[in-house]
Amino acid sequence: MKTTFLRRSAICAALAMLPLSMSGCSAGSLGSSDGSGSSGATEITFLVDNAPSTLLGAEALVEDFNASQDDVEVTVETRPQGGEGDNLVKTRLQTGTMDDVFAYNAGSLFQQIAPEETLTPLTDQPYMEQVDDSFVPQVSAGGEVYGVPYGTAFGGGVLYNKKIYEQLGLEVPKTWAEFIANSEAIEAAGIAPVIQTYQDTWTSQLLVLGDFHNVAAANPSFAEDYTAGEAKYATDPAAIKGFEHTQQIHEQGLQNSDFASAKVEDGIRMLLDGTGAQYPMLSSMVATAMSIAPDKIDDIGFFALPGDDPATYGLTAWFPGGVYVPKSTTGDEFEAANQFLAYLATPTACDILTETTVPTGPYLIEGCELPEDVPQVTKDVSAYFENDQQSPALEYLSPIKGPALEQILVEVGSGIRPAQEAAELYDQDVEKQARQLGLEGW
Amino acid sequence: MATTLRPATSTSTAGPARGRGKRHSPYPGWFYLPAAVVYGVLFLVPTFASFYFALTRWTIFDSEFIGLANFVQFFQEPALVKGFTNTFVYAVVTSGAKVVLGLGLGMLLTSQIVGRGYLRAVVFFPVLVSSVGVGITFQVLMHPSRGAINSALGVFGIDGPGWLVDPQLALLSVALVDVWKGVGLATLIYMAGIVSIPKEYYEAAKVDGAGSWTLFRNVIFPLSWPATSTVITLSLIGGLRSFDLIWAMTRGGPGFTSDVIASVIYKQYQAGFYGLSTAGNVILFLAVTALVLPLTRFLARKEVEL
Repeated sequence: MKTTFLRRSAICAALAMLPLSMSGCSAGSLGSSDGSGSSGATEITFLVDNAPSTLLGAEALVEDFNASQDDVEVTVETRPQGGEGDNLVKTRLQTGTMDDVFAYNAGSLFQQIAPEETLTPLTDQPYMEQVDDSFVPQVSAGGEVYGVPYGTAFGGGVLYNKKIYEQLGLEVPKTWAEFIANSEAIEAAGIAPVIQTYQDTWTSQLLVLGDFHNVAAANPSFAEDYTAGEAKYATDPAAIKGFEHTQQIHEQGLQNSDFASAKVEDGIRMLLDGTGAQYPMLSSMVATAMSIAPDKIDDIGFFALPGDDPATYGLTAWFPGGVYVPKSTTGDEFEAANQFLAYLATPTACDILTETTVPTGPYLIEGCELPEDVPQVTKDVSAYFENDQQSPALEYLSPIKGPALEQILVEVGSGIRPAQEAAELYDQDVEKQARQLGLEGW
Repeated sequence: MATTLRPATSTSTAGPARGRGKRHSPYPGWFYLPAAVVYGVLFLVPTFASFYFALTRWTIFDSEFIGLANFVQFFQEPALVKGFTNTFVYAVVTSGAKVVLGLGLGMLLTSQIVGRGYLRAVVFFPVLVSSVGVGITFQVLMHPSRGAINSALGVFGIDGPGWLVDPQLALLSVALVDVWKGVGLATLIYMAGIVSIPKEYYEAAKVDGAGSWTLFRNVIFPLSWPATSTVITLSLIGGLRSFDLIWAMTRGGPGFTSDVIASVIYKQYQAGFYGLSTAGNVILFLAVTALVLPLTRFLARKEVEL
């Protein structure tokens, strides 16, 4: 009898597990201490991506914060970058197993984690007053604000070797035609004019994404119409320019010869040692240059991608990511998380980041100043912000970004597919993303 | 849910029934349960759930039923046609090369040659290495300017191609590595097949005055047919759902030129199109089944006819 009973209950237990595993039901704040620990400090975790510079900055911040008070003990945890990291963040938020505090992108990726369902609003927290007004819309959904900025803003444009420019007597181009003229002069001098690195596919997108300031200048309602499904890359004369530029650089042979096999680091190296002159890139990559050759860092400058009209010349700007608190963080942990976020929105935190990582543009927190000795690239980027010659990248104005853009542009830049056809293909990709997001009018 | 419960309960009721037939079996049907639960939870539930989720727009946070729209979308996918062609080319090239090389190596390694044991180990060794490791190693070796392969070719004055970055070559380069990695298993199967051919056939053939070609043509090849059909089936299925090596080496690039169905599906998943990628998987499942079922039938019939 006894064995039968045991058998039966074992089966019941086994069967009972099935619905559990199927519905994926969450166990709430798994692994949190709920303040019942013997020491007085509340322990919380802070999830960041595992890029070396992010991790370095996060650890320095946490160390300083932990030393500054006794109530909260923060530990850093890491996650992968890129698409894999996106999936991990979404899964953890959905299952209620997210860390107490986490850093993640602002803008369109932020919208995709369903902030209204998964995050705690921070609109009324006093430290939100320290946050720059330009950043607030990037971490807002449904009238509530959800995050504080983490790190510096940066620009998408061209990193260039200033020494080559000086030697050849060139000036920073204000139009695309000037850019091509410069490139031809550089080619005549036997130097690769435009560096492309298609082994890291994402880098192929710069001539399109970094050109958005010019698109918005020519067609101010593009972002809105694009989100509504009315403006298309293939048909908007300003928007297709980026595709055409990518094709033009390949057709005129202005690329480095190993464009197909080069990676970002190879590109930065070419720029530093003067075998390549101009690299369409994000200014944040100056951190990579810094780690390769700190002594040559001031040879490299930055200019925004020029369009057709010199009067509207300006920078396409990217915002830093945000730090958010998920709904699964409650009680003492929430108080502790709040305390940590308040710390992140202070000039002290900016200074710590400046010491440990390379700032790549301005901080978006009140009272934060860049020191005098930042790299030339950072100074060049900040100048666009100071002169108000910048506008946000498309990903901060519209939630739709087609995932295949990088492969499509690799094809354009390698001469596999012409610009017009590529833009049409990208429009289909965009349509797919819009449908997935459940937007109206698609 | 019901689908999962059924195997568990049916095995439990089958227990006593079976006891009647086989009196002396000391093991009750309950012993099936752990395996059934594992199989059900890890295979049956996800499989049937995927048939449902393929019909939804699924964002992890919620899912909305949209009928067959995902399938329509998937078939409109521009990379899909390329993916299907590439998958087919890849599967045929790799399984063909494995049959030819595997048979050759199998005959070589079953004959009396010096260092046979060592050579057998060498041929089989790549099978033991992880695909991703092999992929990354060959990515370094095949680098157009810094890789060992082109450096070696350079010594002979040959300007090696951009193995993985040339749109014409990328897929074939990966297929080449796949063959290098997989030929050991094919050889092993052939060796087993050749060794199991009774000695009498060889003797009879020799008495009839058969040369080595006739011996191969009329004895070894037909009598090792079970090995050939196993190798074809295994490597064709492997080729059709190949993903790890391609992803590690080219990520489907440059552009979309070396995309296969599995990498097209994976990219949809990575981009957050969970419903769409599930639909893609259902299609891949059906395509593989539709291709492999008749093939195994055909190969098996051929075996009987002999």
